[in-house]
Amino acid sequence: MKVKQISVFLENTTGRLAEVTKTIANAGINLRAISIADTADFGILRIIVDKPDKGMEVLKNAEFTAKLTEVIGIILDDEPGGLMKIMDIFNRNGVNIEYLYSSLINENGSVVIIFKVEDIDHGLEIVKKSGLEAISSF
Amino acid sequence: MIYNKEIETMNIPQMQELQLERLRDLVKRVYEKVPFYKKKFDELGVKPENIKTLSDISKLPFTTKDEMRETFPYGLLSTSLDNIVEIHTSSGTTGLPVVAGYTENDRTLWSEVMARCLAMAGADKSDTIQNAYGYGLFTGGLGVHHGAGSLGATIIPISSGNTEKQLQYMQDFKPTVLTCTPSYSLFMAEIARENGLDFRNFDLKAGIFGAEPWSDNMRVEIEKKLNLKAYDIYGLTEIIGPGVSCECEAQNGLHINEDFFYPEIINPETGEVLPEGEKGELVFTTLSREGTPLIRYRTRDITWLFRDNCSCGRTTIKMHRILGRNDDMLILKGVNVFPSQIENILMKIENTEPHYQIIIDRESSQLDNVELQVEVEESFFSDETKDMELIRKQIYKEMKQQLGIALNIKLVEPKSIARSMGKAKRVIDKRDLPKAGEI
Repeated sequence: MKVKQISVFLENTTGRLAEVTKTIANAGINLRAISIADTADFGILRIIVDKPDKGMEVLKNAEFTAKLTEVIGIILDDEPGGLMKIMDIFNRNGVNIEYLYSSLINENGSVVIIFKVEDIDHGLEIVKKSGLEAISSF
Repeated sequence: MIYNKEIETMNIPQMQELQLERLRDLVKRVYEKVPFYKKKFDELGVKPENIKTLSDISKLPFTTKDEMRETFPYGLLSTSLDNIVEIHTSSGTTGLPVVAGYTENDRTLWSEVMARCLAMAGADKSDTIQNAYGYGLFTGGLGVHHGAGSLGATIIPISSGNTEKQLQYMQDFKPTVLTCTPSYSLFMAEIARENGLDFRNFDLKAGIFGAEPWSDNMRVEIEKKLNLKAYDIYGLTEIIGPGVSCECEAQNGLHINEDFFYPEIINPETGEVLPEGEKGELVFTTLSREGTPLIRYRTRDITWLFRDNCSCGRTTIKMHRILGRNDDMLILKGVNVFPSQIENILMKIENTEPHYQIIIDRESSQLDNVELQVEVEESFFSDETKDMELIRKQIYKEMKQQLGIALNIKLVEPKSIARSMGKAKRVIDKRDLPKAGEI
């Protein structure tokens, strides 16, 4: 039920993001979700790919500082209040969110919201109890 | 005005006679009273009575900064602590600071040499000196303060910092002499400009700048921006603080107060004494110091000695402006820093690795802008920015606490710091300073 996310440390210089995307594209790896957290000096790229272990390998070979983190992916009901419903459940059950971002649209048209929560096991338990639909891979 | 005409215009043979007399006293004194020196003399098989001429000084052992640290805090005192009236330490540390102890006579000596230096820059009792060197354990502030006292000038003991107040005092008290680090003088000029103030409306005629290396190009800039004559002053805590040597109105080399500080230039590799005019490491023997007298102290500063018929009338030997250093010590914001210190601090911070680079710049603000780039290793990389910011702040805090200066910390990707021959280039100094490599 846990999804593997790859994080990459990036300096705020031109061409670094292009370099990452090139590295994973050349390895035939498909991007499923992407987000960047940025500060004045650096950024942290977070991606979900179809082959996370392979993704890690090629990024490390290209000498990027990368690491795997486990996150939760929840399928969103594509209607008003879809995200609110999830937030409400998390809020009521004390699931602390570090960050979240959205996936690209899946082949079947659904969207997955990626959550990094403070305690992933607790988060997943709540997801299960509440009848939300978590995915394990893309 | 020459503050001490008798000494400063003494003919060479007379000066050498005085130096020899003081040297023999000193050697006898340290041999009897400082076990550290007795041991060093005995190891070389040299006795005080072997010093018969000035050139016999080459028989004596050198003293190094490391030895001063090893004897921390009072191992080099040649007198009881009862007789010590003031303590100073060197700025910056590689572990322990260097301690200098002053007796009442040392303080009088210090006041005397500083008064001579102030006079070299044209000051006399009618002048008002704004002293923007830091007061405290650093010798800059109190050195000037003592000297101004002997000269009888009016001193404004404002210390460093608080730039807007500095500029206000220049208008209120109309100082005629400014004393501070050269970079701080340019910073003041910058702030003055931003506040619509013009140094041409101030009364400053001279600035006495030291405690960090600077260049002739910087002198041109300072003189233009501050509308004064800029004089180079040299000194180091180990020897006395500021006042070892200073430029006179000729601005051509620094007159050494050689009756107190006997200079030599040596080949830093072999220790061999080099003749006047040849470049090498500057070495001083403190002929009259009582608190912490030093025999042949290796300054690590590179320069050369010369005598000319100086237009000011002084006959004392001169040293050229410092050309650089023969170790990797950096002087950042007036503080001595060794790259190895930065490395040690980084290694103590959990998970960080000592892959770093120091980039020093003086362009934008006129003060040293020091950026410490630290490579982000997997061991401390987190997918959350707040964790990374926390590490950045921790590095900043540790550096500030242990080095005493604020560095801009920048996290960079691994391998972005250029490695050459397997060894990273640790320091990129973009300041307009003389570099050791050019010597």
